[in-house]
Amino acid sequence: MEILISTAIGFLVACGIYLMLRARTMDVVIGLTLLSYAVNLFLFASGRLTSNAAALISPDAVVYADPLPQALVLTAIVIGFGMTAFLVVLAIRAFGDLGNDHVDGEAGK
Amino acid sequence: MTLLLIVLIPLLGALLVPVAAARGRMGAAWMAGALTATALGLLLSLAPQVFAGEILVSSWAWMADIGLYFSFRLDGLGLLFALLILGIGLLVILYATYYLSPKDSMPKFFAYMMLFMGAMLGVVLSENLILLLIFWELTSLTSFLLVSFWRHRSDARQGARMALAVTGGGGLCLLAGILLLGEIVGSYELSVVLASAELIQNHDLYAPALVLILLGAFTKSAQFPFHFWLPHAMAAPTPVSAYLHSATMVKAGVFLLARMHPALSGGDLWFYLVTAAGLVTLVFAAYVALFRHDIKGLLAYSTISHLGLITLLFGFGTPLAAVAGVFHIINHAIFKASLFMAAGIIDHEAGTRDMRRLSGLFKYMPYTAVLAMVAAAAMAGVPLLNGFLSKEMFFVETLALQRLDEWAWLIPALATLAGVFAVAYSLRFIHDVFFNGEPKNLPKVPHEPPRWMKIPVEVLVTLCLLVGVFPAFTVGPLLATAAGGVLQAPLPEYSLAIWHGFNEAIVMSLVALVGGVLFYLLRHRLFALHARLSPGEFGAKQVFDGLIRGLLNTSRCITHLLENGSLQRYMALLVGAAITVGIYAAAQHGAVNFSMSGTSIPINGVAIAILVGLILAGLGTVILHRHRLPALVMLGVVGLCVSLLFVYFSAPDLALTQLSVEVVTIILLLLALHFMPQEAKADSGSGRRWRDALLAGGAGIGVAGLTWAVLTSPFETLSGFYLEQSVPGGGGTNVVNVILVDFRGFDTFGEITVLAIAAIGIHALLQNLLIKPNEPGRYGWAPAKPPLLLEVISRPLLPLALMVAVYLMLRGHNEPGGGFIAGLVVGIALVMQYLASGVEWTQARLRVDYFKVIAVGLILSLLTGVASWIWGYPFMTTTFTYLYWPVVGKFEVASAMVFDLGVFLTVVGITMVILAELGKLSGPLAPRPVQNKGESR
Repeated sequence: MEILISTAIGFLVACGIYLMLRARTMDVVIGLTLLSYAVNLFLFASGRLTSNAAALISPDAVVYADPLPQALVLTAIVIGFGMTAFLVVLAIRAFGDLGNDHVDGEAGK
Repeated sequence: MTLLLIVLIPLLGALLVPVAAARGRMGAAWMAGALTATALGLLLSLAPQVFAGEILVSSWAWMADIGLYFSFRLDGLGLLFALLILGIGLLVILYATYYLSPKDSMPKFFAYMMLFMGAMLGVVLSENLILLLIFWELTSLTSFLLVSFWRHRSDARQGARMALAVTGGGGLCLLAGILLLGEIVGSYELSVVLASAELIQNHDLYAPALVLILLGAFTKSAQFPFHFWLPHAMAAPTPVSAYLHSATMVKAGVFLLARMHPALSGGDLWFYLVTAAGLVTLVFAAYVALFRHDIKGLLAYSTISHLGLITLLFGFGTPLAAVAGVFHIINHAIFKASLFMAAGIIDHEAGTRDMRRLSGLFKYMPYTAVLAMVAAAAMAGVPLLNGFLSKEMFFVETLALQRLDEWAWLIPALATLAGVFAVAYSLRFIHDVFFNGEPKNLPKVPHEPPRWMKIPVEVLVTLCLLVGVFPAFTVGPLLATAAGGVLQAPLPEYSLAIWHGFNEAIVMSLVALVGGVLFYLLRHRLFALHARLSPGEFGAKQVFDGLIRGLLNTSRCITHLLENGSLQRYMALLVGAAITVGIYAAAQHGAVNFSMSGTSIPINGVAIAILVGLILAGLGTVILHRHRLPALVMLGVVGLCVSLLFVYFSAPDLALTQLSVEVVTIILLLLALHFMPQEAKADSGSGRRWRDALLAGGAGIGVAGLTWAVLTSPFETLSGFYLEQSVPGGGGTNVVNVILVDFRGFDTFGEITVLAIAAIGIHALLQNLLIKPNEPGRYGWAPAKPPLLLEVISRPLLPLALMVAVYLMLRGHNEPGGGFIAGLVVGIALVMQYLASGVEWTQARLRVDYFKVIAVGLILSLLTGVASWIWGYPFMTTTFTYLYWPVVGKFEVASAMVFDLGVFLTVVGITMVILAELGKLSGPLAPRPVQNKGESR
């Protein structure tokens, strides 16, 4: 199972980076979103993955899921949203001001 | 304490001088003079103790851990230098007051000068070597300001830059050398270092430390091959040249040689390095001085030559040579400062410093001419003047040197040759300027300077005579104390008499005098020969300029290579660098152990389905990325798969958050698509695409490997603490939420602040943005009314959604939920209204200033933290209790919930700012572009 999880995370990273290397701002935004999914999953996995573990404190729980990476990832998700939003608006502003959506502000550099 | 004051008075004076300048130009001069005199008075009050053989040290800890103390030391050597700095400083201030023209800013000049004086005093009075270095670099910086004082002149700017580059670079070497020295000795205090000669010289690091320290000294004292900056620094006003480039700053290098003499001298390495540098400089600079036509150029090279002489003497490493070196420091400072001042007077009153035009000035300024002639005679080493005495001692020492065996004649011979040159250029200075026919084409008729401008020269020339005639009575005690300070040991036997009988040294002096006169008589032939032999200028400046140019070009090339304005290239370089570092690290520490031994997650069909879905959706996003709408749908699928993974792996809070963020993100991106192109043609060729695919693949493989290694390696977590303390300490069973709002509440506070900043940034970016939404048709969206069904359903849904949010919010402490999730849910519910009923309709009914919501949220969170102070607990300590509510039953109230409420409000505000601001752009309230978007800016 580990091998599939690692592959999935690595694949998401590859997809994200490929898109971030594209020349259009929207592609970069999408790529960054993919990359942040991958990073969040990686952080989450660093606490080890257990299914059917207790997430809440209860007297009959045997195994608990590691809460610390979860807390970190939770804020990371929200911050990631803030960052994506900022980037999107930046892209719109650049498009409005420059008249094109190339990442360098002009095509053909 | 007095010692500290001596250094601080000039440094603080730099502030007082401009203040005093409010009372007119002379105010600045008076203030500078008064402060210098005060410092000098303080120094003199300490002098008797030093003459009695005491070493005064006062110390304050600064950063004791790294051996840095604010400690000062006054011994014989420090006293001598401090006397020179303050005494000559006082004379230079008087001189400069009359030298500077009304166009020059007097307060600025004297402020710089006081700064320099303080720095210089710091160098000579420091007990701690690092402190010494700080003052050392300060002298480089302040001399930069002084040399470039006439900043409108390009030669002044260039000269200042070159001086700073060379002496500042040397200062860095010195820093390294001092750190090595401190490493060897274990202390940076001079008292300790000077007493550890044996330890230092037997240490492996002695050679590098010595070379680095000498580099510092040689650059500062303009020793060959670092001499070239000094002539260019002559672009400074003449008082600066007289002060910095003859009496004080360039002496800092030889001061360092003298200071470190007990600790570093004696060995072969010291002898050969220092002697060679000194000897070459002595002869070479004396020769060049002969051919300079500018008076200040001649004096500059003469200074370099004399510094070489002093360096050579310290290189010998014998006690008597050190005494001679100290003696020549005193004499050179006196006669060279007066010569520079005389040169300044000539420049000032005749309008030029070119010796080919100046002639016969004796008629016009006989008084100044006599003063200058006496000083120049001292420079040449004529008997009955101070220069003669130390030069005699120098000749004696060259003869006494035992070290070179069959080459023993070399140094005396070269020393005599340098003496010949010195006599010749001194003669040239006197004869060419004051006699030798009539002046040619002078810009103005020369005349004597104002009375007060001559006084400093008179004082110094009188000293030349007094020391030259009565050495034992005048300079004797000071020399003995200073030499004792250099040696840190009992003084050797020496005599300061004028006449020691007819010996070899006298012969050398005579040869120098006669040879110098002959040389001068033959000067026309010599000049012709010199002109034939050296077609251009001496190459040092050209080499320096070439080096600087090369450096600039190289850095420009590298900068252009890395930073050509293409974000795509930065991205590729960044990823490439990360992969390279990753491979390097893996190679260094051994590849990851890819064994199956650590696997523990049971294989499960649901999980496999989710992961495969994730991979396919990711692939789909990439394949479809040029068609934005389908790509966004695929992106949404990826996000959903991630949420499902969170559910599967026991993280309900994360799943809820991811789900709601997913909705908001997709709405946001769809809104953006309303403005941005929805289709894109392929920009990059297949080569570029393959390169990018390779980079992306490399990064992906790296991350996959890393994840694999993490998942299969043994695991230890610090979460046990949180699990144990969550209920008794935080009062909540949902550990994730308790961590967020309680254990690590400060972090969360920081994070919502970052979000608020992002919202403000977005708001700012959307101000005054003129952009046209895509036209309806192929890409744009039809402005049709939203479906009626959606509109009807969404309205009753709003209170329901709000209720769910309140529920999630309240239970968050004990069950999945909390401020973040509840905030996002409210955000989505409100955005639904915009979507279903239109911006206009919603805007009219939802008159909320979302920035106020953000502000209230942040303040609430902050106040929860601050409130704990009131009860005497640390910031963000939480408390909780249980209440009994009718019907509901036992109910928990925690102060962390107020904090969570703050988080909730902030998140709502931010979501709404982001989406509503963007939504407004497309609605009827949007600012309309007047023209085509391309031309609107």
